[in-house]
Amino acid sequence: MVVFDKPRALADVPLHYCPGCTHGIVHRLVAEAIDELGIEGRTVGIAPVGCSVMAYDYFNCDMIEAAHGRAPAVATGVKRADPDNLIVFTYQGDGDLASIGTAETVHAAARNENITIIFINNAIYGMTGGQMAPTSLPGQVTQTSPYGRDVNACGYPVKVCEMLSMLDGPEYLERVAVNNVKNVRMAKKAIKKAFQNQIEGKGFSLIEVISSCPTNWGMTPAKALQWVDEKMIPYYPLGVYKDRSAGIIPGAKEEAK
Amino acid sequence: MADKVLMKGNEAIAEAAILAGCRHYFGYPITPQTEIAAYMAKRMPKIGGTFLQAESEIAAINMVYGVSSAGKRVMTSSSSPGISLKSEGISYLAGADLPALVVNCQRGGPGLGGIQPSQSDYFQATRGGGHGDYHMIVLAPASVQEMAQLTIRGFELADEYRMTTMILADGTIGQMMEPVSFDFEIKEEPEKPWATTGTGMKRAHNVVNSLYLSPEVLEIKNIERFEKYDLIAEKEALAEEYLTEDAEIVIAAFGIAARVAKNAVNAARAEGIKAGLIRPITLWPFPVRTFKKCLGTAKEIISVELSMGQMIEDVRLATECKVPVSLCKRVGGMIPSPEEVYAAIKAAAERTGE
Repeated sequence: MVVFDKPRALADVPLHYCPGCTHGIVHRLVAEAIDELGIEGRTVGIAPVGCSVMAYDYFNCDMIEAAHGRAPAVATGVKRADPDNLIVFTYQGDGDLASIGTAETVHAAARNENITIIFINNAIYGMTGGQMAPTSLPGQVTQTSPYGRDVNACGYPVKVCEMLSMLDGPEYLERVAVNNVKNVRMAKKAIKKAFQNQIEGKGFSLIEVISSCPTNWGMTPAKALQWVDEKMIPYYPLGVYKDRSAGIIPGAKEEAK
Repeated sequence: MADKVLMKGNEAIAEAAILAGCRHYFGYPITPQTEIAAYMAKRMPKIGGTFLQAESEIAAINMVYGVSSAGKRVMTSSSSPGISLKSEGISYLAGADLPALVVNCQRGGPGLGGIQPSQSDYFQATRGGGHGDYHMIVLAPASVQEMAQLTIRGFELADEYRMTTMILADGTIGQMMEPVSFDFEIKEEPEKPWATTGTGMKRAHNVVNSLYLSPEVLEIKNIERFEKYDLIAEKEALAEEYLTEDAEIVIAAFGIAARVAKNAVNAARAEGIKAGLIRPITLWPFPVRTFKKCLGTAKEIISVELSMGQMIEDVRLATECKVPVSLCKRVGGMIPSPEEVYAAIKAAAERTGE
């Protein structure tokens, strides 16, 4: 009896990610969701610029590499090209989605574009070697905030799920983490639901995955997962921020509830 | 004879695009090209197409990137400042070898500039505009009829060579009304086996990408792309010649400047000056052979432009500086009058006279 196997949608190649990086876990969860929903043949994935820039090599569905931050706009084009057939997802990091691509993110959400976004929030620019991200925590030491993120000089972190939940547009926003088994299982459920929503034509679903970056945080993988628990999750609380179909609509007026 | 309709140049582009099978348009409002967006907003929903007003020029060109990746004909349009914003995306289209049609209905610059017609994006268009080694095919219509005709041709060229075609128009041709016939023969769209249409579990996955981390591979990619460009330069260069056979003073002008120049050439001929006109229709590839041909009789070439002198460099390169090339220009949204161009011809005739 097979207890555990590599998902079919995940290419059989070594990933380039650093030891202890959680991208591998999230890639697997996305691939499992694609497998379980039987949609690989009609799925188009869009890779960002950032550590997951080469995600196009890691999924067996058709893949597109987008310019930095533009994945939601590219996804919009792909989806509109064949809306009845294609399932389109983007896989983006925090610099890509919440800094250079903020406009594309917000407006795809406002349009309730029928796409799925997997948003990796690890509070740092990984690929370029550990600079301050839009989601870096106050006081967090990075290459470009060597004395700790000073909120008076460079502002506060962007809370993407909270921000998007105020829009009427999006269908489903949930923040999950992959730092322990329980959280990985919940992340899987959320990611699968984000694809299921698209299949059902419900619209924009974004899953923010709180992730770790041991290399650029300067920690062991185990310590990094602990830091997720102790620092990241208190600042970025996990949970469903919007689920229109389930009646969770924080931005709605009292009478509309 | 086919029926003609009276239309603005911008509207003719939009209608021609629909005829060419384009069912996806993404744009952002900017003068003087917004008629294209307005036309598409009206027509696309009625024919099962997509009109989407994007949140920015940057988003619009990346939506184009998405539709093109999925194998469908797609376009966007803008005017000068907006094209600068789109240039990032145009570079990615080039790097990923994706076909697309981009319209630049030029206005005066730099910066916010003005909203009156200009040709000062010539360098940006013919050299690529964004980062990296690449070209677009650049078509320069001089009438409303050509706005339609070159739009259809533009889609064909884009698909054939898997690259961006730019219609480099200007505020005048975009805004002016002329009779136009849409009696075009539309060729069948080519197959796009490279497109990301879903594997259907029947083939290996397709990847649309412009990232090549190995310098050896990226070098080969660039060289191969330029071999394609050489082929295009050989096959696709196009120009209109007017009274050039015996011309001693040759005007080089495209778009609206060529319309003005033609009047000046006629006036000069009436005065006994052997003047002629070369009107490049493709700005990239530049019609080098046409210019070389005129060297038999030409004593001077005058580049008439709505810029501080941009195409003049290509005229000098094409003619290898074998005859003097002078500039007759107006800028900032101004258009030279036929009298101004005639005066330039007369002065050149006097300079070069025996």
